[in-house]
Amino acid sequence: MVRIEKTDKVTAGGVELRNHMILAAGILGTTGASLNRILNLGAGGVITKSIGPEPKTGHHGPTVCVLDGAVMNAMGLPNPSSNFVSELDAIEDIGSKPVIASIFGGNPEDFSKVASWFAGRVRGFELNVSCPHAEGYGAQIGCNPDLVYDCTKAAVKAAGGLPVWVKLTPNVTDITASAKSAERAGASAVVAINTVKAMRISTELRRPMLGNGTGGLSGPAVFPIAVRCVWDLYEAVKIPIIGCGGVMTADNVVEMMMAGASAVEIGSGVLGLSGVNIFKDIAAELYADAGEGKDTVKAEDIIGCAHEY
Amino acid sequence: MNTERNEKNGRNNGSLKAIPSEIVRITRVIDETPSVKTFEFDKDFEFKAGQFCMVWVPGVDEIPMGLSAANAITVQKVGEATEALFKLNAGDKIGIKAPLGNGFSIGNGGRVLAIAGGVGAAPLRPLVRSGRCTTFLLGSRTASEILYGDELAQGTDLRIATDDGTKGHHGFVTDLMKEVDLLSYNSICVCGPEIMMRGVLRLLKEKSEDTNTDLVSRGQFSLVRYMKCGVGICGSCCLDPEGLRVCRDGPVFAGDIVEKSREFGTYSRDASGSRTMPGGH
Ligand SMILES: Cc1cc2nc3c(=O)[nH]c(=O)nc-3n(C[C@H](O)[C@H](O)[C@H](O)COP(=O)(O)OP(=O)(O)OC[C@H]3O[C@@H](n4cnc5c(N)ncnc54)[C@H](O)[C@@H]3O)c2cc1C
Ligand SMILES: Cc1cc2nc3c(=O)[nH]c(=O)nc-3n(C[C@H](O)[C@H](O)[C@H](O)COP(=O)(O)O)c2cc1C
Ligand code: FES
Repeated sequence: MVRIEKTDKVTAGGVELRNHMILAAGILGTTGASLNRILNLGAGGVITKSIGPEPKTGHHGPTVCVLDGAVMNAMGLPNPSSNFVSELDAIEDIGSKPVIASIFGGNPEDFSKVASWFAGRVRGFELNVSCPHAEGYGAQIGCNPDLVYDCTKAAVKAAGGLPVWVKLTPNVTDITASAKSAERAGASAVVAINTVKAMRISTELRRPMLGNGTGGLSGPAVFPIAVRCVWDLYEAVKIPIIGCGGVMTADNVVEMMMAGASAVEIGSGVLGLSGVNIFKDIAAELYADAGEGKDTVKAEDIIGCAHEY
Repeated sequence: MNTERNEKNGRNNGSLKAIPSEIVRITRVIDETPSVKTFEFDKDFEFKAGQFCMVWVPGVDEIPMGLSAANAITVQKVGEATEALFKLNAGDKIGIKAPLGNGFSIGNGGRVLAIAGGVGAAPLRPLVRSGRCTTFLLGSRTASEILYGDELAQGTDLRIATDDGTKGHHGFVTDLMKEVDLLSYNSICVCGPEIMMRGVLRLLKEKSEDTNTDLVSRGQFSLVRYMKCGVGICGSCCLDPEGLRVCRDGPVFAGDIVEKSREFGTYSRDASGSRTMPGGH
């Protein structure tokens, strides 16, 4: 297996991380204590639950269906809005921790308002313009490159110099259109992907398995889709790309990097055999000292390397 | 127990296993009390006392419920989803994801003390049914709210307290703890309203100090927090200050872990993740 040379410092999209594996938004990110735990368990960085301008209770259940090789969810962006800011107090020594706030809104004003609550408290922002099952938010913005531009611009301004990442939806004909808008508006990185539109029906109950009816798919089943999106983005934008979607193993991390990712995010992976130890377990397999084994390479030497095939 | 260590199910090989919602048919509805019903269904789940399930009430919601038997849940009517459940009859279908969470760990031998308040008796009933419960202290508001009729009395040394004195001791279940020799039990399994569980923990602490014996960690408390996914991915049920997930690292936590939780008995979070008052059965 290809392994990556251990270094003290990993920087991706303007954020200093502890390793290449970041906790994805909406996964165990509802409380500061939980984010703190995942950092202590070896995550390279953590992203909060997506926070919006008003508190939301989310969709009725079932909100999550765990399938073989995939997770399907329709949480409906539940979040406590500005009440979340005090959750960050539970993260020990937050000033030195790679904590990124995921934020969402319905228009540029929302993005700048929510970003302003967190400026100075976190290391960066991730804009969720890509949730496939929240009316008026998320993908309804992400599918419109002009709105992506305006929202990114507003967030960059409110972020007070902190890096802003824009998380993209794969549920479009051409994922590069929104990415280019984000880049033009001053984003420090793009993140691909959010969940893929999906649905299952209980034949016995003759109704959708999710309370919301439709939802989004994640986990190993979407890994090939995510790799393809990262690949396309690598050819289209110059800013770094953060790969997300179905990463479960160290080899998946390497593959995402070869497609063009500077780092990865992991969400559904916490339901795999390693559980919440997935970050630690992947790191143990992924990193090696320089010269340890023939296949040990520098991270920067493999990012996007497959494009030269 | 209750740490990420015990979550390891094997070497990470990249696989992710389904946690299906099994569609079951209700076979019998038992009126336990005016506000509590037991629903039996046509499938047995392999489980440990204290483990729970996510109950899919079609068209309404999916909510956590302790398994009160391999094929049963015991439900108190408190709101939308439980009211909808109460309208279901034998023959109707619901979905059950089970077993979830860790359950009580009582080892192979030893004396077991169960302490329950109200519908908190539900996840403790399997201990009685398997003949593993030595003594059962049951607290209830009033005589008519006592669950499972005479069933518990037949399988264990049952002692009852009611708030209004209509049956057993007139007072709280914690008063009954003074009647038994707490030191003689190897496991003390507790489930009920958080304020009651806090009282139990306080008594265990006092007794530990008086006798120089660690009774606190013999206590095992089944907690309730708002659960959206029930399987450990969403984070809605996490407990301060350690961030443990009640649905996956719990719902049963040892007394020493509960003691460290600054939110136990003081606050919890609602569906949006905002802080509110503690829940409990
Ligand atoms: C592990 C566990 C085991 C449980 N076992 C039992 C049991 O055996 N018997 C029983 O009667 N009750 C049990 N409960 C409580 C039960 O889940 C709630 O009473 C139920 O979800 C209420 O739903 P509702 O729509 O009727 O009420 P709502 O009107 O939605 O709310 C009423 C109350 O229930 C709480 N609640 C609502 N939804 C949830 C949820 N998804 N997760 C947790 N709390 C919720 C609310 O915070 C509120 O306090 C258990 C809870 C947990 C976490
Ligand atoms: C239960 C659940 C909740 C999620 N919540 C959010 C969210 O709040 N904001 C967001 O940007 N993405 C959210 N996502 C999407 C993930 O961050 C991630 O993009 C997606 O799951 C793909 O990665 P994975 O296969 O590693 O899970 C959620 C995913 C799941 C499964
Ligand atoms: S309910 Fe989702 S993590 Fe516990």
